[in-house]
Amino acid sequence: MAQEKFTVVQSSAVPIALENVDTDQIIPARFLKATTREGFGANLFRDWRYDQAGNPIAGFPLNDSKYSGQILLAGKNFGCGSSREHAAWAVHDAGFKVVVSSFFADIFKNNCLNNGVLPVQVTPLFATAMFDAIKEDPKTEFRVNLEKQTITIQSTGESLGFDISPYKKECLINGYDDIDYLINLKSKVETFEMERTL
Amino acid sequence: MKPTTLFDKIWDAHVVHAIDGGPSALYIDCHLIHEVTSPQAFAGIEKRGVAVFRPERTFATPDHNVPTIDQHLPIKDALSKFQVDKLTENCHRHGIELFGLNHPYQGIVHVVGPQLGLTQPGMTIVCGDSHTSTHGAFGAIAFGIGTSEVEMVLASQCIMQPKPKKMRITVNGPLQEGVTAKDLILFIISKVSASGGTGYFVEYAGSAFETLSMEGRMTVCNMSIEMGARGGLIAPDQTTFDYIKGRERAPQGVEFDKAVARWKTLKTDEGAVFDKELVFEAADIEPMLTFGTNPGMGTKIKSSIPSLGSIEASERDSFKQALDYMGFQAGDELLGKPIDYVFVGSCTNGRIEDLREVAKFVKGKKKADNITAWIVPGSKQVEKQAHEEGLVQVLEEAGFKLRQPGCSACLAMNDDKIPAGKYAVSTSNRNFEGRQGPGARTLLASPLTAAAVAVAGKIVDPRELTQN
Repeated sequence: MAQEKFTVVQSSAVPIALENVDTDQIIPARFLKATTREGFGANLFRDWRYDQAGNPIAGFPLNDSKYSGQILLAGKNFGCGSSREHAAWAVHDAGFKVVVSSFFADIFKNNCLNNGVLPVQVTPLFATAMFDAIKEDPKTEFRVNLEKQTITIQSTGESLGFDISPYKKECLINGYDDIDYLINLKSKVETFEMERTL
Repeated sequence: MKPTTLFDKIWDAHVVHAIDGGPSALYIDCHLIHEVTSPQAFAGIEKRGVAVFRPERTFATPDHNVPTIDQHLPIKDALSKFQVDKLTENCHRHGIELFGLNHPYQGIVHVVGPQLGLTQPGMTIVCGDSHTSTHGAFGAIAFGIGTSEVEMVLASQCIMQPKPKKMRITVNGPLQEGVTAKDLILFIISKVSASGGTGYFVEYAGSAFETLSMEGRMTVCNMSIEMGARGGLIAPDQTTFDYIKGRERAPQGVEFDKAVARWKTLKTDEGAVFDKELVFEAADIEPMLTFGTNPGMGTKIKSSIPSLGSIEASERDSFKQALDYMGFQAGDELLGKPIDYVFVGSCTNGRIEDLREVAKFVKGKKKADNITAWIVPGSKQVEKQAHEEGLVQVLEEAGFKLRQPGCSACLAMNDDKIPAGKYAVSTSNRNFEGRQGPGARTLLASPLTAAAVAVAGKIVDPRELTQN
């Protein structure tokens, strides 16, 4: 099933400066009872975003109108913990196309890639420069070019290359999907099943 | 032949197709599913119009969302009921074996697999749950996956995976008296940090692991993900074979002997190279407790919470936020702090050996009045065994009540929530903010420590209570 194609995203960013943000924070377990992929964005960072009575908590970046955009800028070790893909769905559903961090947890990173959200791993120094640029001007824009594998702070022109597996890059740019790829491997899988030794 | 790691031997034997510079299509021997991370995957294959490729390799049980009291009654929470019903419906429609609510094999998916003998050395095992790493205790490559990957397995019995790097963690020497497998892994995570294992698959080696029971090994491998590692495994040995022998879904008779001969080859060759090696001494490990909001924030129960000055500058804000959430101060001593709840259960420590340990400790003692204790067996079989062995009676005499199997307060998806602001010593795996309920404050510990805390009503070193 084709996904949305990913090329270039140029946008301001929402900064979440905390480290070790786990997927229980991104989407708490009590919101995992849905059986579809949609609607999780409303509860993204639920317990940091709303108090127990459901009122928005002032000061949390997603509640602050000065921050907006399709890029989520996060602290180190973002998305650790539970494998729930609902975390990636929530990020996607809230309108983010790119997540930037100096370090991602493995499963979350895979889950993002499988949902057309690009995880961009930058150096700690570059992440700091991005947080600083937002502090200076919350409307400052960043340009993420997947084809060239670069991320640029538009206000300063500072730019950095990022890694992505060539296979995943191809998938994102063309909107391909691993599941179709695997379904097409079926005869190879059958051969494997017959010839395996372990 | 070049010396090879156990991990490489199993991984390489499961690669169906490798993409240059990219992931491999990895064949999956055993796929476990539960109600929370599978419905969207079934919807996905149905939308594509494909059938489940190898339904006989997938096994299902509801665990995350089920109530732990009155399981014979219809589930009260409409959304939970819908999700559990959906699992039943999907399994029936696609010919997948289901251990449903009230089935004698129902339970936490990572307790059920090993118990039935579904989990075997040399296998690749996945489940839409990060604690799938548990099954690595048998010398299997086992790890958690997202729902898109669940869909991949349903559709093709494969997933696309980049090969992780390899780390070996060696712990020499036997554990001291009163120090358990849980303390061992909490110690390792406190040294490696909550992110230090990211990108790696871990092999645990050394006599500290070799002398552990299978239950203990499962506790260790279970928490590999808490240092960021995708999974962890331990080479199979006689302890492993003895555990598997005679289990319902394990090979039987001559087939079992043949399997053991094959399983005996599953070890890391001498001279094999790891990307990273860590070595610890078991003599340095004591009963552990976490004080913060990630499993890496743990320390010896007898020591104090680190001072702010000892934390790296870049991590101080997160450290302070964690202590604020916990209502603790940097430098605080842990011993003597009052506790409100004790939770014994989860895929980390909800096995029969864990219940035995708690029962042994509390026998003839009484639970402190200020403690609410929840003891949740990991499966229906564990529950049955606890009754048969008389553990339930011992626990009840000490003031504890056994609930019914499920993930329960480990992630508080059902009604088993620790109230906001309350302190819970838990045998589970995560002390994240709100993990056990909004505002709940979790301190991770071994079943032995949890039992001691339940009796004392405050944080105590279990060794001291045993001696007195």
